[in-house]
Order: sequence, then structure tokens, then C-alpha cells
Amino acid sequence: MLSGNWRPRGPRTYRYGMYRYDVVDKTLVRERVAQFRDQTRRFLAGELSDDEFRHLRLRNGLYIQRHAPMLRVAVPYGLLSSRQLRTLAHIARRYDRGYGHFTTRQNIQYNWPKLEDVPDILAELAEVEMHSIQTSGNCIRNTTSDHLAGVSPDELEDPRPWCELIRQWSTFHPEFTYLPRKFKIAVTGAAQDRAASLVHDVGVHLVRNTDGELGFEILAGGGLGRTPIIGQVVRDFLPRRHLLSYLEAILRVYNLEGRRDNIHKARIKILVRSLGIEEFRRRVEAEWNNTRAAGPVVTEEEIARLRGFFAPPAYRELPNTEPAAGKSTAFRAWYRYNTAAHKVPGYRAVYISLKKPDVAPGDITDSQMELVAHLADRYSFGEVRVTHTQNLLLADVPQSQAFELWQALDGAGLATPNIGTLTDMICCPGLDFCSLANARSIDVAKLINERFDDYDYVYDLGELDIKMSGCMNACGHHHVGNIGILGVDKGGQEWYQITIGGAAGADASLGEVIGPSVAKSDVPETLARLLDVYVERRQPEERFLDTVRRLGIKPFKERVYAAPVAA
Amino acid sequence: MPRRLLRDGVVVVDDWSYLAEAGDNPAASLILTLTEWQNDREAWLARGGRLGVVLSPAHKVDLLVPDLSRLALIGAEFSGPGEGRGYSQARLLRERWKFSGELRATGFVRRDQLIFMARSGFNSFELPDSDIDQAATALATFSRAYQPSNDAGLPFKLPLRPRDTAASA
Repeated sequence: MLSGNWRPRGPRTYRYGMYRYDVVDKTLVRERVAQFRDQTRRFLAGELSDDEFRHLRLRNGLYIQRHAPMLRVAVPYGLLSSRQLRTLAHIARRYDRGYGHFTTRQNIQYNWPKLEDVPDILAELAEVEMHSIQTSGNCIRNTTSDHLAGVSPDELEDPRPWCELIRQWSTFHPEFTYLPRKFKIAVTGAAQDRAASLVHDVGVHLVRNTDGELGFEILAGGGLGRTPIIGQVVRDFLPRRHLLSYLEAILRVYNLEGRRDNIHKARIKILVRSLGIEEFRRRVEAEWNNTRAAGPVVTEEEIARLRGFFAPPAYRELPNTEPAAGKSTAFRAWYRYNTAAHKVPGYRAVYISLKKPDVAPGDITDSQMELVAHLADRYSFGEVRVTHTQNLLLADVPQSQAFELWQALDGAGLATPNIGTLTDMICCPGLDFCSLANARSIDVAKLINERFDDYDYVYDLGELDIKMSGCMNACGHHHVGNIGILGVDKGGQEWYQITIGGAAGADASLGEVIGPSVAKSDVPETLARLLDVYVERRQPEERFLDTVRRLGIKPFKERVYAAPVAA
Repeated sequence: MPRRLLRDGVVVVDDWSYLAEAGDNPAASLILTLTEWQNDREAWLARGGRLGVVLSPAHKVDLLVPDLSRLALIGAEFSGPGEGRGYSQARLLRERWKFSGELRATGFVRRDQLIFMARSGFNSFELPDSDIDQAATALATFSRAYQPSNDAGLPFKLPLRPRDTAASA
């Protein structure tokens, strides 16, 4: 067994930055598998009631869904090794129906596992340093972050060491595993917010104060669901060493005072709203001042150790090139839309679009996962990232190899050149899979893709995000879509409510409902009318979002409802 | 039938009585509800003998702070499988108020939550008969933890405490 003098070790040398399990992490996930195997056995033997088992399985990412259990596997802050992705492919093939679904919180879901197989799945995951701990249930969920962490030119500081710190601290946290409701934390370290941190229970932003000291801005009370709210600043500067004690103060105030009598009013956003941000802040600060002496302090040594895991890979000295020059239109479009700037000359970050028109957004097959793993090994140091917009990313691709990479992706249906455009939709699984949904979302995505299949038109519209949820739990983040689509049930029929003007970034805002909901078949025409108004009235370089903000919803609303949609 | 409970890792027969169970035994160690305690505080103190108070989930531990030195036991009730306020009550009592008496989990207490309860600071547990004999095993489910905690049990990983209070194995 473990010796009493064991101390955490620093990282060895690896090709790319990622946290690696040591003997403690490995021991914990294996012991968790054994625990869950026993809990599942007791449930199947009738020793645990449905309700008792529900609380236990949920804290292990296991839902009972429309067709079968749904298992959500944690991808900590969206980072995967090629080896882990191969295991995810293997699980999709062996235990599911040959595919998985990446989510807006950078995790992966399997829709068809058998309950009695879940312990074996978890055991296979443990072998590659993965688990499903706290991916559902009323506890601290997977911490999410910027998918361009460590490579983006607009980054102040890499958030990943802090994400890993939060991951460890929050895993099996004795005080905060039975919260009033789920609790989601996002950490960002760049000017742009690519993690939707303003709609998280807590947003942690790396900032510098006027003395140049690095610390955190802490926000709380954001969230979507039935009551969408943008997070508010609780503290504008928190010294680094206090991150965990401050999070504990927020969580303790929430755990003790958050509502437990009504599931729809139990998120921290409702507590923050009912107290007001000033009173909430006062209580958090009082709690923090009272308890921080006994609370956790993050040492510089520990954060330096964690930072060591995320050291940059061995970049080569490469010239900046223009690989699209002289190539086909298709490649040029892909390079323009599906790659992003990299802080190291000669490299690009490459998006792998999981938004092919005839595929459910975020879905990927086992063989596609294996291909992506192979391409990651070949072109991007063996690392893959999941984006909160349900795509994948190879973060460190030499520009000179972009063309080869594109050819390989294109051959597998993974090069749809639509990142950041209308067809790069965020979408929940909807009524097809989810027991909560009112309406289908995947086939609406399909209708939209059919209507907007002219890339010249889509490109002309520029940056535009559509987000779609099958019910007001808002897993598809419709409130913060430039165009949001919400499935509603009207007398047993599926209808869709449309909002415009939402945004999820640093300038986050909630969309406004344009009017009565529309029938499923009318959704594409409704979108077309909204976009017509934009195209007619936009100013040069103005995004759809900015036009809506400038004009308000009135002209859009008038156009949509002026004439009935021709069926 | 005497009540068994798990205390400090060992199954024992409870040597405490709730008020309704105590009859007129003047020497009984008594567990009171907060209301019983508050209504007759002076009388209970004059009685002599050990006293304990059990808190409901909504009670603030501050209500007992002036009397911590007079209480040998504090209980926290868990009202169901999703209830979680008792974990915060326990940590506050142990860490902020340095309560060193018996801290007892009552109500819906099952083997699957024991580890969280123990690590928050509880050292005794009223478990149903179906769980009590497996409770010690359940407490040994994990051999390591990430966070420091209030049970002296598990070596933890994150070097989070200031050096003077660090108790990392």
C-alpha cells in the first residue's frame, strides 16, 4: 500500500501539457469503481431503493433516460489525450451503439449503455485516468475552461493549473457533495470568454490588479435553465492563495441558505437574486473572514507544481506562412473558418467540426474518434480538446501541415467549414434521447441545415451563433444564442420559441423572445426572415448580434409576424 | 431494544437517551431538541449530567455557540438522502468553533454518505440495522483523499493548509 511519507511528484516530460495521475489519483478512481460496483449490485439486488440509488448513481454521471441509462464521462476542462480518446471510441463501440455525444460542458455522453455494464465501463475509463465522478447530481460538476488555453494570443495566464486544482479540491469534497442543486464552475484566463463563464454558478477570471499581481475576479449567480441570469461580480480581486477558501465560503453560504424546497429555485442564482448581490457578497465575505484561517491555502509550491504539468509542448521554430494561398476554395474556406490564431509563429489551432448538416450536433462515431486520435498524434502532439460549442480542437498544428490534416478530416466528414457560423449550432439531445425534453432539437437542426445550405450566404452572414434547447432546462444554452430556439409543448405538439440578441462571451446577454412560438416546419423560414432584416439593415462589419442590439427586436419581430409562413 | 451506533469507528450501544426515552432516570445523558433546550435552558443546566442538543438542517450552529462548553454532544439531523446542510454544520462546529465533543449524525444516515460525514467532522452515526454492520467497511472505501479533513483518517493529497497547521501524512 501507499507509504505514509508519500508526497506528490512533479510532472515527467511529456509531449504536451496535461495533468497526469499519480498514485493517489489512480487509487481514488479505482476505489470509486469498486464502490460504484457494490452500489449497483445492491440496487439490482433490491437492497437500495430507487431514490437512494438515484442520489448515488447521479453523482457518478448515470441518468435513467428515455431509452436507456445515459452515462456522462468527465473530460476535465475539455482536455483529452489521444489514448483517452481511443478508449472513448472503444467504449462507444463495445458498450454503446458506436457513437458518443460531446456536451456544452466539454464532457462526453453515451446514450445506450446497460446499467449492469456501467461498472465495467468505469473500470476501463480508470485505466486511462478518466471517470464519471460528479458529472451529474447536486454537487460540484466538471470544471470547464477555455479550449484555447495555453495557445491563444489573447491569454493573460493559462487557466488549466487552476482548473486542475479545483478538480482535485472538488472531487469527493466532504462538505459540498449534497448541495441544494448542481454547481458549475468555469475558469478563464483570456480577454475573450470562450467558456460561457458568465452563465455559470461561479465564474473565475484570472486578472491582474493595478500592482501587476495575478489573482482572480470572482463572479457568482449566473445560470440558464428556467430562470436565466448573468453572473455578477462578488469580488473584483482575490489573491491567488485564497482561491479555494473563497470558493468554500461561497459554497457554504449556498449550501446552508440555498433553497431546498423547490428544485426550480435551488440554484445559487436564485439565492443571489433574492438576497441581492450586495447582501450575498456581505455574507460570503463574512463567512470567508470567519473561516479562512482554518480553510485551505494554496501554496506557491503547489501551483508551481501543477503549472509544470501544462508546460508548452516542444514547438519547432517555424515561419509564419499562408497555407491557403493557391489552394482550393474548399480548403481556403476551411482554413479561414476552422482554424484560429496561435501564439507561437507557424502554428494554428484547428477546429474539428462536429456540426455536419446530417449529423446531430456534437455527435461523433467510434471510428471518427479513432481517426481524430491518430491525427492528434501525427499533427498536434497527441492532444485533443473539447470545446464548449460541441466541437473538437487540435491546439498545436503546424500551418505547413494544415492541408494534409484537412484532407484527412474531409475524408471522414469532419471538415465542415462552419465554425462560428450559423450552422455551427449548439444543440441538446432533445426529445430523441432526453426524458426531460418537450421537443426534438436534432431534427430542427437538420431543417435549418437544409434551408441554409448555401455557404456563400452563410459566410456573408458572418459570426452568428444559434443555440437550441429541447426544454427550458436550457442544456443547449438558447438564452445566450444570438438566435435562441427553445422547444415547447403545445397541446402535445412540438413548437419553438425564438429569442434574439443573446450572447455568451465577455459581453454576455440574454436573448429576448420575439413573439409567439412557431411550428417546427416554420423554424427555418422564421430564421430566414430574421436574417433578411439583418442583411438589409446591418452597417459595414456589423455582426448580427450588434445589429439586434442597435435596432432592438421590433423590426425583427415585425418582419417575422407580418405574414403567415407559407407552408 | 437498545440503540446501536457507530462511534469512533466502533459499533457500540448508545449511552445517550432522547428526552422521550429517558423516563425519569435522573442520571441519563440527555439529547434534547433545540426547542427543548431553549425553552428550559437553566433547568437543564441545573439538572447536572451530560447534555446534548440535536439541530435540524435549517438551524444555525451559532445558536449553540455560547453553550458549547456545556454540551457534550451535538447532533445534526439529515432529513433525507439529498440533505446536505449537516456537512456544513459539522465543519463549522469543528473548525470555526473548535467543538471537541461528540458530533452525531442522525436521521437519514446510510453507509454511502458516511465518508463525507466523517470527513466533515462527525464521529458518531445513528445507522439503521441494515447498514450498521457494514459501516466500518464503508468508512474504509477510500484509502486517500484530496482535501484535508476533520477525521484524522485519510492521508490527503493537496498541500493546502498553512505549514503550522498542516497534518499531511
